Amino acid sequence: MHSDVEAVRKSVRTYLTIGGALLVFTVITVAANYLHLPVPAAITLALIIASIKASMVAAVFMHLNHEKQWVYGALILTVAFFIVLMSVPMFTTMDTFGRHLTGPAHGAAAGEHAGH
Amino acid sequence: MNIPYTVETRPDTGLANGKLGIWLFLASEVMLFGALFSTYIILRTGSAVWPHGADELSVPIGAVNTVLLISSSVTMVMAWASLKMNDYKKHWWFLVATFLLAGVFLVNKYFEYADHLSHGEGPWHSTYLAIYFTLTGLHAIHIIGGMVVMAYFIGPGAGLWKRNPEQFVNRIEYTGLYWHFVDLVWIFLFPVLYLM
Repeated sequence: MHSDVEAVRKSVRTYLTIGGALLVFTVITVAANYLHLPVPAAITLALIIASIKASMVAAVFMHLNHEKQWVYGALILTVAFFIVLMSVPMFTTMDTFGRHLTGPAHGAAAGEHAGH
Repeated sequence: MNIPYTVETRPDTGLANGKLGIWLFLASEVMLFGALFSTYIILRTGSAVWPHGADELSVPIGAVNTVLLISSSVTMVMAWASLKMNDYKKHWWFLVATFLLAGVFLVNKYFEYADHLSHGEGPWHSTYLAIYFTLTGLHAIHIIGGMVVMAYFIGPGAGLWKRNPEQFVNRIEYTGLYWHFVDLVWIFLFPVLYLM
């Protein structure tokens, strides 16, 4: 598609529109911070907005909306491994090690996950 | 001997070598930054207390840096688009603009770091600052790397446009892909470190 000069000329408007949208979403991200939402809601909202912005950059600026199969294949593999990587912190809390510890001597273990 | 498919695309994949190469490299970069984000999650969920980002860092500076990088992504894609439309002069100015926006980002980062370090708040000061300096430091190194490549194509590497314009356009496209990835990482870094 982009070998056609006219197609690229038409894409320029899209690039500028997406650039503007990214700036608007940045304002929304900062404004949402001042809502003082509970931490889980704030994290969820911030990551949703960040994901929308990242998708726009990837799809339009990085031309992923019309790429070749081999690129999609490499990225699908990457996403799969990335999900595993992000899930590793969950694995650290999924076992039962330390759960039987209770009482004043083990108060630090009992309150370990309280602060986030 | 010319390496095949440097400019023309392979008939089986439809890609030139550099296009697949840069995407595979970016895939490795996803795992690199992903590992650090995973580290951030483990450190934060394992801490008894974790500061609110806005209490430790300047949100206005972070927001300005976000605007700078988004703008640099726009100028980078415009640099490539200008080349595709055979306007080398416009391309050159857009590439210079991208370089300068990146430079201002680094200047802001310098002042941020200097402010912390002047108060003795380095990576050793807290777990939060340790992961902050690691994530933003690695990101800043990537910014510098991108600027080095841009400087090459602004200066000594620009001659390729006359000798082999298609190859030059490809190289600018690959530079752009790398640069958009660097912007993408910051799109996540800013809310994670500054706003949460």
